[in-house]
Amino acid sequence: MKLAVCIKRVPDMEGRFKIAASGTGIDEAGLKYDMSDFDGYAAEVAIQITEKLGAGEVTVISLGPDVVQETLRKALSMGAHRAVQLKHDAPVSDGLAVATALAAELKDGGYDLILCGRMAVDTQNRSTGIFLAELLGLPVISAISQLNVEGGVVKARRELEGAYELIECPLPAVVTIDEGIARARYPSLKGIMAAKKKPLEVKPAHLGAITYQLEKMELPAERAAGRIVGEGKDAVPELVRLLKEEAKVL
Amino acid sequence: MSTLSRIPLPPAAGGLFAPYVPASLTHRDLVPNLIDSRTLAFQLYDVFDAGALCQRPRFSDYSREAFDAVLSSARGIAADLYATHQKLNDTDEPSVVNGNVVLNPGVKPAYDATAEAGLLAASQDAELGGMQLPHLISIAAYALLDSANAATASYSLLTVGAANLIAAFGSQEQKDTWLPPMFAGKFGGTMALTEPDAGSSLADLRCSAAPQPDGTYHMGGTKIWISGGDHELTQNIVHLVLARIEGAPPGTKGISLFIVPKFLLNADGTLGARNGVVLGGLIHKMGWRGTCSTLLNFGETAPCVAYLVGEPHKGLTYMFHMMNEARIAVGRAATGMGHTAYNHAVAYARTRRQGRLPSNKDPLSPPVSIIEHADVRRMLLEALANVDGALALILECGRLLDDEQTAPSAADRQQASALLEVLTPLAKTFPALGCQTAISNAMQVMGGYGYAREYPIEQLYRDNRLNQIHEGTNGIQALDLLGRKVVQQGGASFKALMARIRTTLAAAAETPLAPYAGQLETALGQWAECTRVLGIAMATDPNLALANANVYMDVSNRVVIAWVWLRMGLTADGRRRTAVNEEERDFFEGKLAAMRYWFAFELPRIGPDIALLSRLEATTLEANPAWF
Repeated sequence: MKLAVCIKRVPDMEGRFKIAASGTGIDEAGLKYDMSDFDGYAAEVAIQITEKLGAGEVTVISLGPDVVQETLRKALSMGAHRAVQLKHDAPVSDGLAVATALAAELKDGGYDLILCGRMAVDTQNRSTGIFLAELLGLPVISAISQLNVEGGVVKARRELEGAYELIECPLPAVVTIDEGIARARYPSLKGIMAAKKKPLEVKPAHLGAITYQLEKMELPAERAAGRIVGEGKDAVPELVRLLKEEAKVL
Repeated sequence: MSTLSRIPLPPAAGGLFAPYVPASLTHRDLVPNLIDSRTLAFQLYDVFDAGALCQRPRFSDYSREAFDAVLSSARGIAADLYATHQKLNDTDEPSVVNGNVVLNPGVKPAYDATAEAGLLAASQDAELGGMQLPHLISIAAYALLDSANAATASYSLLTVGAANLIAAFGSQEQKDTWLPPMFAGKFGGTMALTEPDAGSSLADLRCSAAPQPDGTYHMGGTKIWISGGDHELTQNIVHLVLARIEGAPPGTKGISLFIVPKFLLNADGTLGARNGVVLGGLIHKMGWRGTCSTLLNFGETAPCVAYLVGEPHKGLTYMFHMMNEARIAVGRAATGMGHTAYNHAVAYARTRRQGRLPSNKDPLSPPVSIIEHADVRRMLLEALANVDGALALILECGRLLDDEQTAPSAADRQQASALLEVLTPLAKTFPALGCQTAISNAMQVMGGYGYAREYPIEQLYRDNRLNQIHEGTNGIQALDLLGRKVVQQGGASFKALMARIRTTLAAAAETPLAPYAGQLETALGQWAECTRVLGIAMATDPNLALANANVYMDVSNRVVIAWVWLRMGLTADGRRRTAVNEEERDFFEGKLAAMRYWFAFELPRIGPDIALLSRLEATTLEANPAWF
């Protein structure tokens, strides 16, 4: 069985974020980067499928500048078999453009199952995996929490509010992975050393047309500091006036 | 990658009222606060040049990227599987159920993940199933586990220490039998030295081994304070036990080393009969509770089969191999805890708003973060100077372990051995003491919250207190330093250390840090002179000389930490000039401030102690036991 996992390199969400001078992105200086959490679960699921079958191959693929090779190596050190970097140096926020590049790489690869994270934890668009399935003309099951692949069929479970649904579709297919399905393993020393010898191909990214631009990024306005309006009962009239006129809660 | 969702909130206190949580102690501040990755990278790559190790044949498969990947796995395991039950190790300590020790359920997944990640055999030879990772990196990786939960990390340390001892001195058959399952995490390990009447003085131990016709021995006696002596983390436990073969000479020269498994093995390596080593009970400690401390009886109810390791009567020499490793590991654990406490305190001090600066007389102005108060910064700076100094000292030992094994020239390898000899007692004692100061300061910065059981500092304060006691108390370390390490082989180790420190002084000569080098040079001279005086006294009146060993240890620690800080300062001074942004510059400025703190506040304190040592102070020696 041939599996592909699409992986995005994202900043650690616990970092301290600043808007870049351009105003349309974050300042990357000082941030730590790693594989997006959901993509990590997707890689883990794919690796477990090949381990269970005792056969098959997991290809991990990421679009971005050369630093994404580090993230791809991490997936290789977890147990993926080969990696592809679709090289593109500028940041892209358009999921359709990214999906187009991924589809161009994946369409003739003979993959039985393509796995994506439910969303990237930084931009949270939830779009790339769905677009990719559409571009490849494949069925897609999104945000799945359980997966079983057997006899050419994918059976998956999706969590709903207070309920769940079970869905099945024939292979080949695309699935996007929610949390709860598997925790990404910690690469072992053996895995880390083995990953250095696994193939990592670098290819140009054939991005689709950019359909939208990120206009502006802003941090929420800082909350104003509290104000002491005075002391004792003399301050009450002013406080009441402010509650009525400024806060408009009275 | 870490997410906030996995961070456990502290358990709610009982009683009518939920504890008041100030805005500065939200769950965001209860993240594990492991050793900061920038600090670790600064020390590993800039100060200790870990990258250069990759040039050596033993490490040629490695690269900085691979080191970073190993540390990233260790950090993930520490945050996700260790930190998550640090508190529970304390509140839900090991207990005996049906004669077996039951640990907190969080321990096993953490232990298994550590083994699966390959960390148990990380630095071991490839032919023994190891990955030949430099000690420098594996010590850093373990320090991360310690900073999350030292009690759980201890089980790995014990297994690795016991396995390394078999690797160093066991027969081929013993290595083949015991090492693979130990390194795979299937068998645990312990070191069983102490007896009820033989603690610091192992020469008096009484456990005995009776030779059997089949070449094995039957062990009899009792051991106490055996960490990890019983548990169900692993299928089997391999105890390394010191005992006397029947008829052996008295004192240290009659002690042999044995393997005593909990379960005997069948010929095919599967578990066989239960061996006659049984749990006698648990000891309930002040802190570090997650590591069970056991009393073990050998041969009390059934014969206890033991296998001799190496030659008879050489057990104590062999055990020192493991003890040296364990002593550095004690320093490493203290360092991890100190860093965690410091990080908690900084996060708190940045967000907790109280009071106004002395120059501000306006009561209506908003209160400032407490980090704006000079006395809070004093406490943080003292903590930083201690925890980073401790980290540098244990990483120095890690680097020396690598040099001892792989430095290109025989002279360099020999010098590394000599340096390790003299630095090991310091690497055990300084972090234990300095990080206790740091944890105490963190508690002080956090005020009542630091003292409250709902928050992590008071546990660290209790946990780390053990590090002054186990693996040879600080007093024993001081005797080892003055009575053995600085005087042996004509003071070769001490001279090697002086030469090493002078290399740093020379490097600092033409830099803005030259005045600090000058201050250290003066201190070095004083230290050398009082070492000379004490060395002579060791030959003529060892009781008097050794009565001053603890003060000597303190002076030695202050000088050596000044040296590691000067070296970090030199690197930080260079790096701040090329910093890419303000945040990075602040990071290096912080390191320089901690260095200045050490030279302004700590190093000068050797003055009165040097005077005391030089006149061979006799007050404590002359204090008659009857006077107490």
